[in-house]
Amino acid sequence: MSKRVGIEVSIAIAEAVGLAKAEVIPAYPITPQTHIVEHLSEMVANGELDAEFVPVESEHAAMSCCCGSSAAGARTFTSSSAQGLSLMSEVLYIASTMRLPIVMVVANRAMSAPISIWNDHQDIMVQRDTGWIQTFAENGQEAVDLTLHAFRVAEDRNVSLPVIVNIDGFTLSHVIEPIELPDQEDVDRFLPPFKPRYKLDPRRPITMGPVGIPEVYTEAKVAHDMAMKKAKRYILKAWDEFAEIFGRKYNPIESYRTEDAEVLLVTMGSISETAMTAVDAMRDAGQKVGLIRIRLWRPFPGQEFRRAVGKVKVLAVIDRCLPPGAMCGPVGAELRSLFYKIPGSPKIFSFVAGLGGRDVTVERFEEIVDKARAFAKKRPRELYEVIGVREK
Amino acid sequence: MIPEFEKFKGFKAKNLPKEEPLSPGHRGCQGCGEVLALRMVMKALGKDVIVCNATGCMEIITSPYPHTAWRVPWIHIAFENAASVASGVEAARKILARKGKIPKKHVDILAVGGDGATGDIGLQFISGAFERGHDFLYVCLDNEAYMNTGVQRSGCTPYGAMTTTSPPGKKSFGQVTWKKNVPAIAVAHNIPYVATASPAYFLDLMNKVKKAALVKGPAYVHIYSPCPTGWGSAGERSIEISRLAVETKVFPLYEVIEGRYIISRKITKPKPVSEYFKGQRRFRHLDEEHIEYIQRKVDAEYEKLLRLAEMG
Amino acid sequence: MANSDAIVGWKTITFGCHILEPGNAANFRTGDWRSQRPVVDKEKCIKCGMCWVFCPDMAYSQDEEGYFVVDLEYCKGCGICAHECPKDAITMVPEEG
Repeated sequence: MSKRVGIEVSIAIAEAVGLAKAEVIPAYPITPQTHIVEHLSEMVANGELDAEFVPVESEHAAMSCCCGSSAAGARTFTSSSAQGLSLMSEVLYIASTMRLPIVMVVANRAMSAPISIWNDHQDIMVQRDTGWIQTFAENGQEAVDLTLHAFRVAEDRNVSLPVIVNIDGFTLSHVIEPIELPDQEDVDRFLPPFKPRYKLDPRRPITMGPVGIPEVYTEAKVAHDMAMKKAKRYILKAWDEFAEIFGRKYNPIESYRTEDAEVLLVTMGSISETAMTAVDAMRDAGQKVGLIRIRLWRPFPGQEFRRAVGKVKVLAVIDRCLPPGAMCGPVGAELRSLFYKIPGSPKIFSFVAGLGGRDVTVERFEEIVDKARAFAKKRPRELYEVIGVREK
Repeated sequence: MIPEFEKFKGFKAKNLPKEEPLSPGHRGCQGCGEVLALRMVMKALGKDVIVCNATGCMEIITSPYPHTAWRVPWIHIAFENAASVASGVEAARKILARKGKIPKKHVDILAVGGDGATGDIGLQFISGAFERGHDFLYVCLDNEAYMNTGVQRSGCTPYGAMTTTSPPGKKSFGQVTWKKNVPAIAVAHNIPYVATASPAYFLDLMNKVKKAALVKGPAYVHIYSPCPTGWGSAGERSIEISRLAVETKVFPLYEVIEGRYIISRKITKPKPVSEYFKGQRRFRHLDEEHIEYIQRKVDAEYEKLLRLAEMG
Repeated sequence: MANSDAIVGWKTITFGCHILEPGNAANFRTGDWRSQRPVVDKEKCIKCGMCWVFCPDMAYSQDEEGYFVVDLEYCKGCGICAHECPKDAITMVPEEG
């Protein structure tokens, strides 16, 4: 019987990796991911998990080690954040275009400078185009479930792409939540052993990582892009299978009280829970407000998003990162692209909030909705607004 | 004492393996000393090997899509991380064998990179892999500059050599620092086996590579690899130059077995370094003063080596 | 490095750009590169095999009589074999045309 326990989310994630019977775990510590790799190392040392824990000397080495391990046919897991994630950046592109099914949990954290260990989404947005499948967890249960789902999807022979599960650093990684840890038997049913399409083996010698001369590079990139697009089907299918075995259903886009909404908030990650509380408060006060939560970020589920919006006329998109000199935050930009020139599309207003660990409260969400209503009447001068910043 | 070495008889000129794990048709320059050294390394290892190659000349010439010169499993990820990739392959095979998913038969894991990939950008990565004690061997094919990108200097470029980023001019005489001693860095990690080799002494080279593979744990072999294109030397002289490097004590051959230095080839009647410089355009600009300095330093380094060997 | 074998489409390019046929570089005739070619004098040859050992292009092989024969499909004409032959049995002659 699966047990529901009060457990720190990082520890629960490590337990999930153990249930998934990960085989090679190259890991380098960085706040706020440390508890995940520490607990995994404990599990291996105690014989609870039969795996090779490789204490590498940098995050770049961690991801390079993951590539070797995955290519040799082992189920591979690692975790990182912010500066560490950036340090492994060049290898992230390589892992995905070489179709190596690695799973990584990213404990989202702000990027230096100034150095910050606190939570926002900058680190993952910097790696947006690396070609990894990316999901966002809203709470501890999701963190566990999405980790198991990640292995299932990555190693699916129709997908064979690496997957990042994003969890908000500290806000999720370090909190204790009631989480149902699945049964090993159920996990085994959901997650069959890893059978790579190709692997490094002297019995069948192949060459991985050749020179992509101009005659083939475009085709190689398009083939990879097509694989990403095709993956959506299998990502959704795996969520259906997950629901059948574990009873919890996940969708790429989740709607909350959107039916007759005049304004829809759009969020990703743990602030979605605060947003739901805010929506309830505003509804109680008579406002017609709803919320759309994005769970699948890459490949972006455009169809599902449009369906969720329906006929609503105003979207208030919250980005948790501020790319300097850009037209607006990445999620805002993605959605403006999605709806470009489609008749009946909503007005999309972009807000930046929650940088470097600053709380996004119910009051802030109310402020955002008020602003969005005002902007809908009179176009704002700026293309995005940073919420909660002091001028003096 | 390394037990695996007791049974190892060594390669003989009469019984060299005929198999070629590297195929012809690679895009190496005419007379490339590095691919010749690589060929010898692969002959010593045979087919039961997985190769993790760093970005560089060898990687480029052997894998232009859709062609590969590799007849053994091979992976290339990036420039600096051959040792980390090899660590991952080693860890994976360990657990997969333990779980019975692959046969328990031993397969050598080879990480190979040039002097830049090994001693400069990749230094952190081999340091980590050596410290963690993975069972693999690292072969550095040293052509003394970043050749693949157009002959820029590396930490292993010898003193006085001309490269595109250490050109001789009014204010400089070429490379201003002495060659980085990467084998000494390997020795400092207390790994069981470190060796230097030159393709002119092919039996010595192949034996060292085989011993490095036999050792349980990390091993490092540093191989002198002439580059006619980058050095401005005649392609046909690549082996002759590899021999001169040893005969002039510029590149001494030795092994370090469990910390004990053993000289492979004691040079009692050394040739002068000036003879080594002849026919290499990268040294043509050197004046008497610099050549004398280099001779003194080469002699001093060799003395140091002899003393280290005596300590054992 | 342009190559007609490389004209593949995104639907037909290999998975992950892996190359599945080991050693298929042997389909590429590097012999076209050379401007001089080794010629062996069998009278002088002692079948020591140094030419075979020192060829960077794996171009030598041994025939039934034990002599080492060069494969002109791959020989780039670098001249190492001629330079190293202990009996000076190999001469590099220019390629005609």
